[in-house]
Amino acid sequence: MKEEPRVGVFICHCGINIGGVVNVPEVTEYAKSLQNVKHAENNLYTCSEAGLAAIKEAIKKHKLNRVVVASCTPRTHEPLFRSACEEAGVNRYLFEMANIREHCSWVHAHEPKEATKKAKDIVRMAVAKAALLEPQTEPEVDVKDASLVIGAGIAGMTAALSMANQGFKVHLIEKEKELGGLTQRLYKLYPTLADSSEILEPLIKSVEANRNIELMTSTTLKDVTGYIGNFDAVLTGPEGDKKVNVGTIIVASGSSNYTPPQGLYQYGIYDHVITQIELDEMLSKGKIGHPKRIVMIQCVGARKGEIRPSDLEAFPKSDTADLLRKILKARKEEGWPYLSKICCMDAKKNAILVKEKSPKTDVVILFGDLRVYKEYEDFYRKARDLEVRFIRHIEEVSPEITKTSEGELQVATFDAMSGLEVKFPADWVVLSTPLIPNKDEVMLARMLKIPIGTDGFLMEAHLKLRPVDTNVDGVFIAGTVSGPKDVSESIISGEAAAARASILMGNKKVRTEAITAVVDEELCIGCGLCEEICPYGAPKVEEGKSKILEILCRGCGSCSAECPRQAITMRHFGDHQLLAQVKALLTPQA
Amino acid sequence: MQKAVMVIGAGIDGIQASMDLANKGFKVYLVEKSPSIGGRMAQLDKTFPTMDCSMCILAPKMIECSHHPTVKLLTYSEVKEVKGSPGNFKVKILKKPRYVDEAKCTGCGICAQSCPAEAPNEFDENIGVRKAVYMPFPQAIPRIMVIDKNGCVECGLCDKVCPAKAVNREQKPEEIQLDVGAIVVATGFDMFDPSIIPQYGYKRYKNVITAMELERLLCASGPTGGHLIRPSDGKIPRHIAFIQCVGSRDRREWINHSYCSSICCKYAVKDAVLIKEHEPSALVTIFYIDMRAFGKGFQEFVNRAKSEFGIEFIRSNPGEITEDQKTSNPIISFEDPVTRTVHNVAFDLVVLCPALIPTQGVEKLAKTLGVELDNYGFVKLKDSVKNPLDTTVPGIFACGYCVGPKTGDIPDSITQGSATAARVSNILSDKEAS
Repeated sequence: MKEEPRVGVFICHCGINIGGVVNVPEVTEYAKSLQNVKHAENNLYTCSEAGLAAIKEAIKKHKLNRVVVASCTPRTHEPLFRSACEEAGVNRYLFEMANIREHCSWVHAHEPKEATKKAKDIVRMAVAKAALLEPQTEPEVDVKDASLVIGAGIAGMTAALSMANQGFKVHLIEKEKELGGLTQRLYKLYPTLADSSEILEPLIKSVEANRNIELMTSTTLKDVTGYIGNFDAVLTGPEGDKKVNVGTIIVASGSSNYTPPQGLYQYGIYDHVITQIELDEMLSKGKIGHPKRIVMIQCVGARKGEIRPSDLEAFPKSDTADLLRKILKARKEEGWPYLSKICCMDAKKNAILVKEKSPKTDVVILFGDLRVYKEYEDFYRKARDLEVRFIRHIEEVSPEITKTSEGELQVATFDAMSGLEVKFPADWVVLSTPLIPNKDEVMLARMLKIPIGTDGFLMEAHLKLRPVDTNVDGVFIAGTVSGPKDVSESIISGEAAAARASILMGNKKVRTEAITAVVDEELCIGCGLCEEICPYGAPKVEEGKSKILEILCRGCGSCSAECPRQAITMRHFGDHQLLAQVKALLTPQA
Repeated sequence: MQKAVMVIGAGIDGIQASMDLANKGFKVYLVEKSPSIGGRMAQLDKTFPTMDCSMCILAPKMIECSHHPTVKLLTYSEVKEVKGSPGNFKVKILKKPRYVDEAKCTGCGICAQSCPAEAPNEFDENIGVRKAVYMPFPQAIPRIMVIDKNGCVECGLCDKVCPAKAVNREQKPEEIQLDVGAIVVATGFDMFDPSIIPQYGYKRYKNVITAMELERLLCASGPTGGHLIRPSDGKIPRHIAFIQCVGSRDRREWINHSYCSSICCKYAVKDAVLIKEHEPSALVTIFYIDMRAFGKGFQEFVNRAKSEFGIEFIRSNPGEITEDQKTSNPIISFEDPVTRTVHNVAFDLVVLCPALIPTQGVEKLAKTLGVELDNYGFVKLKDSVKNPLDTTVPGIFACGYCVGPKTGDIPDSITQGSATAARVSNILSDKEAS
């Protein structure tokens, strides 16, 4: 026998965010008149401690068994209100949120009367649904105390070591033969000018010596199934396939250094037009000698359009690849719109290194904006003190590289200060190119179901608040796979991802989604459409009936919408609950 | 072996470190010198480049942190003494008197309503006033009132009206002893006072304000209820200028901040866009030296600010601001670097973007902890590349802007907060193994 619904409604002023537009006291009075509502009140900030205390108090005092908060967005505040209900003994799913801020006061800031009317509509709909809510439980799953780290660059190795030192088993895979990622190709690191090997070698040694780390080079991820706490990954390497079972995954597969297409600034045509990373390699081998002049060009391929359509061909044909292809196509015009962050510093570092080896070499850096971010300004000063010449050129007109009749390279550009054309004969022209997304990343992201941002890098769960989490529970990102970073930033993100993953593994258990799909076996005809459509692989047709593996279900509702027999309903979002909301909208009360 | 950690500073970095440590099973003491947790992020209107309402994304984290069963908040408290070594630090905390009984106060605010004494409102950057008995801001945590003895007139009204009988004007400072295994420093930043640069006339000219003041003026919970008005006459400014690098990248001896503060370009563009959202007819100009829009999604944001919102960018570092005495309009003198001509342009409002500097009191704290500071007074790292989370003292880690502009923005601070949690677990579990 179902208990009689006793709904409490809490309406938030949100300071003046809602209260400045919507007549909150009027909405409160209105809420009291609605069916099943036993209590309604308003608060200045329902999310404040006082507001939460008021909810808990009212639950006890009025024996409420359903709660509606009319305030902001469930994206940020639902967990908070749900917990308040739970603390007062009401199941956290007997809670409904009515968004009268984003959906009402913010968008109708200049129509207070209409906004108040709309707020009433929204509250009425929420109350109608609340009356039909049912308690749900969040299944608890075990978390295997092992992790898979993909990529053994700086970030991946740091993450692996951090977890291994806390006692977790780590499978560390690297697609190349050697450890170290992009950092291997660097000669020295800014701003300390330490050899990159000074960081890499101890790190590699510790990784190789750590008993908790199982290291597999020339190995990639072939397939992954499972869910938070219990992923089954197939790794493929020189000795064939290997299966591992892990609780968490950290993606640290890095990025690539953009190689300019042939002909861009005569790259690939003239031998002495090289990229910054190629200069690194020459410097480390002592091959640079004592040239008379080196000209560096910043932002080659970053912030403006220098990507060629031919760059697209190497991408595999898949949905995600399509997306990336679209991104790349857009970039054809304006280039990678982001700023690669590290190239300015990289250029300065190499300029200093050249000057230290060969003080008489004239080093000229052509730039649009000098992004010596953070505390590296002093490093920039050092370059200036060494008489590296910084010339701000008019970015809209790309520098032109020609060969004189004597076979000498010449760079022509427009000085932004004087507006005049300047020409520099040069022994070497060095192009500073950005870090760009790895091509392999596309398949990896697709396998793990991590979305890719419009810049082509993997997306974090929240750009501001969850920088190393992804929207796939149990999967984290570290290093440049989510965007350009320097060495210290990669180390920090490796540690951060390790912290986040080890919280899950240390706690051994985790609560997962309660809002999942339910199959009515009476109605199911076993057509398998749900199995086909599910992006998470949750439904399986067995013996003519669809079965949902709850732990995989993310509650997206695709199967429910697709099912031709209406055999699949969503917990917490049942047809009867949603229809009650619609009905409430269409039948306004006085 | 102590399974407890002290985190100093309860901004977003300290909150993240505390939450991650607590979720890893450590007992966490979160020490905050001001009466509420939340830090600088609580003062911001919106965050770049996603334009999330800052308080809206911060408040749930503050509440989650304060409700965590193994996080103990020690607000209005300072670290007085630290002894011992990694795994075994003995800490003395001084808890300043709120003159309000924490156990009794419900934060109802009736006392503030009846209080006759007013003092400048620090949370609103001293624009407007608060009462002598006050809640720092509406979402403050813990929800306990504070009596500011400097503003208090000792009338005793608060005591009379308090329904919980929580006022205790005889309260004394309290000393608390803690045993912790590791320490995380997350003390954040302060803003450079631009009145030190007399040419810009800050504090002399009413319509020259700082970016943090603007942030409060734009914020719906701010002193003007989110209406952008200028201080001299309360009118809506139509022509607004931002000046970048005020005290940053400045090698003059008496300023000595040769570093780039690394967030000002980004927030100035954000604020410019916010102004356009408030007042679509406003003209906004940003004076800058280099547009350093690094960080994910930011160059895209700058491009949009130009193309979609029509923000004007002028590459010039203005030499001086004067004031039109009749209109109180600040007049900016700047050199156009291409034509090499000097222009004088009047604006309705000028916003200075000051350098971020080490937080007040960090020098004393550093002495107490024994950690070294760098040339600028930020917490020095063991090695800025190899050990970007360790201070010069083993067992003491640092995250957020207290290590200087290495940090940058909110996601960087959060990443570092999480990362210090990993560093702490590493040293404390190492010890367990041996």
